[in-house]
Amino acid sequence: MSKSAKFAGLSLVAAAALFAATAAPSVAQHKVAAHDAGKSAGKSAGKLGVGRVALPEEVAAWDTDVRPDGKGLPPGKGTAKQGDEIFQAQCASCHGEFGQGVGRWPVLAGGLGTLKAERPDKTVGSYWPDVSTVYDYIQRAMPFGNARSLSHDELYAVVAYILMMNDVIKDENFELNAKNLATIKLPNADNFFDDDREVSEKAFWKKEPCMKNCKAEAPKVLGRAANVDVTPDEKSGPKVD
Amino acid sequence: MTDNSSPTAASRRSFLRTAAFAGAGLATGAAQAQTPKPDPAITEVPDWTRYLGPGVQNAPYGSPSKFEKHIVRQDVEWLTASRESSVNFTPLHALDGVITPSGLCFERHHSGVAEVDPAKHRLMIHGLVDKPLVFTMEDLKRFPGRINHAYFLECAANSGMEWRGAQLNGCQFTHGMIHNVMYTGVPLKLLLEEAGVKPNAKWLMMEGGDAAGMNRSLPLSKGLDDVLIAFAMNGEALRPEQGYPLRAVIPGWEGNLWVKWLRRIEVGDEPWQAREETSKYTDLLADGRARRFTFIMDAKSVVTNPSPQAPLKHKGRNVLTGVAWSGRGTVKRVDVSMDGGRNWQTARIDGPVLDKSMVRFYVDFDWNGQELMIQSRAMDSTGYVQPTKAELRKVRGVNSIYHNNGIQTWLVHSNGEAENVEIS
Repeated sequence: MSKSAKFAGLSLVAAAALFAATAAPSVAQHKVAAHDAGKSAGKSAGKLGVGRVALPEEVAAWDTDVRPDGKGLPPGKGTAKQGDEIFQAQCASCHGEFGQGVGRWPVLAGGLGTLKAERPDKTVGSYWPDVSTVYDYIQRAMPFGNARSLSHDELYAVVAYILMMNDVIKDENFELNAKNLATIKLPNADNFFDDDREVSEKAFWKKEPCMKNCKAEAPKVLGRAANVDVTPDEKSGPKVD
Repeated sequence: MTDNSSPTAASRRSFLRTAAFAGAGLATGAAQAQTPKPDPAITEVPDWTRYLGPGVQNAPYGSPSKFEKHIVRQDVEWLTASRESSVNFTPLHALDGVITPSGLCFERHHSGVAEVDPAKHRLMIHGLVDKPLVFTMEDLKRFPGRINHAYFLECAANSGMEWRGAQLNGCQFTHGMIHNVMYTGVPLKLLLEEAGVKPNAKWLMMEGGDAAGMNRSLPLSKGLDDVLIAFAMNGEALRPEQGYPLRAVIPGWEGNLWVKWLRRIEVGDEPWQAREETSKYTDLLADGRARRFTFIMDAKSVVTNPSPQAPLKHKGRNVLTGVAWSGRGTVKRVDVSMDGGRNWQTARIDGPVLDKSMVRFYVDFDWNGQELMIQSRAMDSTGYVQPTKAELRKVRGVNSIYHNNGIQTWLVHSNGEAENVEIS
């Protein structure tokens, strides 16, 4: 018998003791009840009684998201000058000293005015609509491989540095905080619109598509993937027999 | 060339076809064709017909035959900066039917696969609710109203590399960011009812318990419609790379919304504008504006055989097959063209046709070695017809990255090899 199986057996005994007075609940219910009793003393939930009410401290521990209107921003502050130091130590190895990106890692700065270009550079300054997203994303996912490790003050400082690299703020001593973050507007904020495909692409809802003689001339090959030659080798792929 | 003639008339005809095929340059050894020899696969006694094979419990969790070892997910190394934030591709060319085997479902992670202990996993529902709730996995598995449903999951960036032209030779790479799986779980509607959604609620935010804290905003109306909180796929627990122990299933909508390792659902009155719904998964158009919240995956199809990884090997009878899907409902019809879209025939759909689930189609055809330009075109229950790539580019430009559902062309050469091309 494995260790965990033994433990399961023990908790069954405990559960049986706890519920000795109740009217013969099933074995499965015993296990769950013992499990829950040990975890917390939270109130049981709504009409079905499955799950329990979350404690305020539990909600606070996970509810760290930040919205564009600033809802969810924690107390704290930081300047671009402070952020520069943190960024060079924690972020620059992937994103580059000035947010220019290393290799295929994301470019964070520059690219203004490139969205109509053949190769757009979609950075915080050129593309992102909201400053809150920068704070929220770094807080939840960065630094890559060591997420959730920056303090609130460090987060405000790094966001300030990214804004400065993008010329959104000019003064390296400007203090970014919970009160002013949501008031800062990014250049591309107004260039997003909600899905309108059902209107703008209405032509794709054709009643009956063409079945015969749909093209006047025989189609010609205009481009070949083989010419680009970026397909990974399929060494064990099929052969013509 | 396989030499599989036998004295029956039928197989002799088949043999002659194979020989003719060899003459057409598809294989060598035409001399062999002169005097048919018995097939050693029949006349010899292979080991497996003589000796005992492995007994039961040799493989307590079974895996495919060793002869199928090459049928695996593959990645494209140059595509991303690291494998922890990357994607690989389902080998569509090697699959049939409509259910994708769990171990071949493409992967897309933002900070690697979270190895979550189910005993320590919690799902919290909070925000604009009467009672914020916490569920353990055991709670969810005794929650009333459990259902099963097969749905396709397509990454919004599937075929995203093909916007500027044909790039990758193989439907695995051009179309392999999709899988179709039977899910088991609890309708989100029931969990939300248990928490009691407040009247001013309009949006949900789903968040994963991985090191990316992957999060997306979702309209509450979708959450009350068909969203499933799933703990099983294809009859067993979710695979770690598919979100074990719990994931969101958002039928018909882009894969990025299907948050894995799901630990939190917040109810709110407006979207959060998370990184994945602003800087990513927004569709940049030619005029510099970007479309956002393009949740629905439009109707799409692809011929998986023949395709660059699955060339034609025989003249005469052949089976063309492929898959089709639509995020707007069911697939109503699939048409196939062999001449680059000049003429079309309606394919035979076989197997289940379910809401927002993949269908399998076939065209049984004769091939005499002529060049083919193979295309497929899906139509769905809303009357949407899969557009050509040219039609799509006309309205979207080439910088959208996401939602490329244009018609794919495979050029099949007279030697049976197929390649990814763009045609006029």
